[in-house]
Amino acid sequence: MQTGNGKGVFAGIAIGKIFVFKKQELVIVRGTANTVEEEIERYKAAKELSAKQLKVLFDKTAAEVGQEEAMIIDVQLLMLDDLDYEEEVLRKITEEKENAAYAVTATGEEFAEFFASMDDPYMKARAVDVGDVSKRIAMNIQGINPDGIKMEEPMVIVAEDLTPSETLQLDKNMILAFVTQKGSSNSHTAILARTMNIPSLVGADIEITPELNGKLMIVDGNSGKYYIDPDDITLDEKERRRKAQLQQKELLNQLKGKENVTIDGKKINIYANIGNPKDVDLVINNDAGGIGLFRSEFLYLGRDSAPTEEEQFASYKYVAEKMNGKKVIIRTLDIGADKKADYFGFAEEENPALGYRAIRICLDQVDLFKTQLRAIYRASAFGQISIMFPMIISVAEVKRIKEICEEVKEELIKEGHEIAPHVELGIMIETPAAVMVSDELAKEVEFFSVGTNDLTQYTLAIDRQNAKLDKIYDAHHPAILKMLKMIVDNAHKAGAWAGICGELGSDTTLTETFLRMGFDELSVSPTFVLSVRKAVRDTDLSKKTTV
Amino acid sequence: MKTVTYTIKDELGIHARPAGLIVKLANGFKSDIKLAVGDRSGDAKRIIGVMKMAAKQGEVLTVTISGEDEDAAAAEIQKFLEVNL
Repeated sequence: MQTGNGKGVFAGIAIGKIFVFKKQELVIVRGTANTVEEEIERYKAAKELSAKQLKVLFDKTAAEVGQEEAMIIDVQLLMLDDLDYEEEVLRKITEEKENAAYAVTATGEEFAEFFASMDDPYMKARAVDVGDVSKRIAMNIQGINPDGIKMEEPMVIVAEDLTPSETLQLDKNMILAFVTQKGSSNSHTAILARTMNIPSLVGADIEITPELNGKLMIVDGNSGKYYIDPDDITLDEKERRRKAQLQQKELLNQLKGKENVTIDGKKINIYANIGNPKDVDLVINNDAGGIGLFRSEFLYLGRDSAPTEEEQFASYKYVAEKMNGKKVIIRTLDIGADKKADYFGFAEEENPALGYRAIRICLDQVDLFKTQLRAIYRASAFGQISIMFPMIISVAEVKRIKEICEEVKEELIKEGHEIAPHVELGIMIETPAAVMVSDELAKEVEFFSVGTNDLTQYTLAIDRQNAKLDKIYDAHHPAILKMLKMIVDNAHKAGAWAGICGELGSDTTLTETFLRMGFDELSVSPTFVLSVRKAVRDTDLSKKTTV
Repeated sequence: MKTVTYTIKDELGIHARPAGLIVKLANGFKSDIKLAVGDRSGDAKRIIGVMKMAAKQGEVLTVTISGEDEDAAAAEIQKFLEVNL
């Protein structure tokens, strides 16, 4: 049993086989800085791993396709063990001082060439097999999973780090947990883990080697510990706790369809945050009253060009219709900083969190902004859509935004498009500046939604992505709590409503505080909707409290 | 030393599948087992060598076996060739 630590970002226990996530690129170079013995060792380990993989593939093919097809894999297995092949690989490593991956690839090519030159068409085709085997060994040498990122069963994803676009490639139904070496508890992997309700660790002290693939791992998001190849006692105990937590989840399910009301009768809206139109099902399954934050930037990421008006319209319309009259708050493009799309061609910035991002880009590149607004307004005819603008720092920005919205509406009506008679406009409060002028801002908009992640980062001057600062990143800092109170008071004075859509909204130790402050809405990851509902229903505001 | 000769009847000759089976069978014996067909020859325990021989239908395959279990090996190989090739 091997154990280690990370920072737990979602409470809960996951037990499953490891899948090592590596960028899937084979890069072959010449020569090596290692000793001959080290290169031979790498070759032998990769060969052994390849044999294991091929045996699995053989059984699967035999069972699902047939013996005849499986024999081809059997031949690959024999090639792997072939002495002529191995002698040539070892000769290249020992005499030519080549690295193992190059030796394997070059030997594979030589043998494949020979097969390809034979006049028997059947044998010619075997060139592919010897090529395949060599590629497999070379990939294993470089720690790349040759069978791709397709997973047959739900697994624990172990990675150095995962970018938002990399996580998009993964089939979410096949992920039991994430364990990453890098990342802080506010990184994208961490947020994704919370959205998906899966126990995960970031900043884990784990050495990532291809040998980890397929090993059994326990991820304990409560204690931040992980166990590889656990002993029976540990496995039993963790399995018991995993089941207990599932039961708790079941209990929360019983709260579906219940009102978000305190014992003494105060109501609050609980909405859900989504980053992808596909997440709507999660919102509905968890019985959220609406979508309080639809992060539209995910439509822009993981692709080669900006989404067209039609593409965006289709996504917004889909979500609005699926929500069937419930509120859908779409946040306009919030890129820059830590979320980049290459096709925008943004220059590298010294300080991206304080840089050219979000509404600053939209007010600078008005065409880009208008394309999105056109799509949103057109979709407004199909449900109850509100629009929310990120990274606001001044009243002037909001006035300019409203002018642009009016222009877009006029154009659309002139073109004969149908739009909703009223589309609610609101802003994110996520800069200390916006908090300080929230009394003025409230006169311009119909709602505020507090982005606590950025607000905390900017107020405490703590970089969210810097794991070293996690210890002092205090989301309960009195400065933040005072700001929240100020925001909600200023909103109400001007007749606007106020909500929270940052991570803090799902912190049930603060639910009572938020209720007492007078917040009208909390928007949380879909999987937190029911636990926040439980917290609300367990609260009695008529009782005196120290909060 | 034992020798087995066999005329290949299978229309594909010693293609990948039977080559694999021969190699597996040969590896089950301690004896040194060599294959020859025409002017090509190879070690029966090495798949790529066996496949490179590309023995075809109608060709005569000669198997030369020498070692402590050569009698058993010769019998098994004879049987294998008749069933598979």
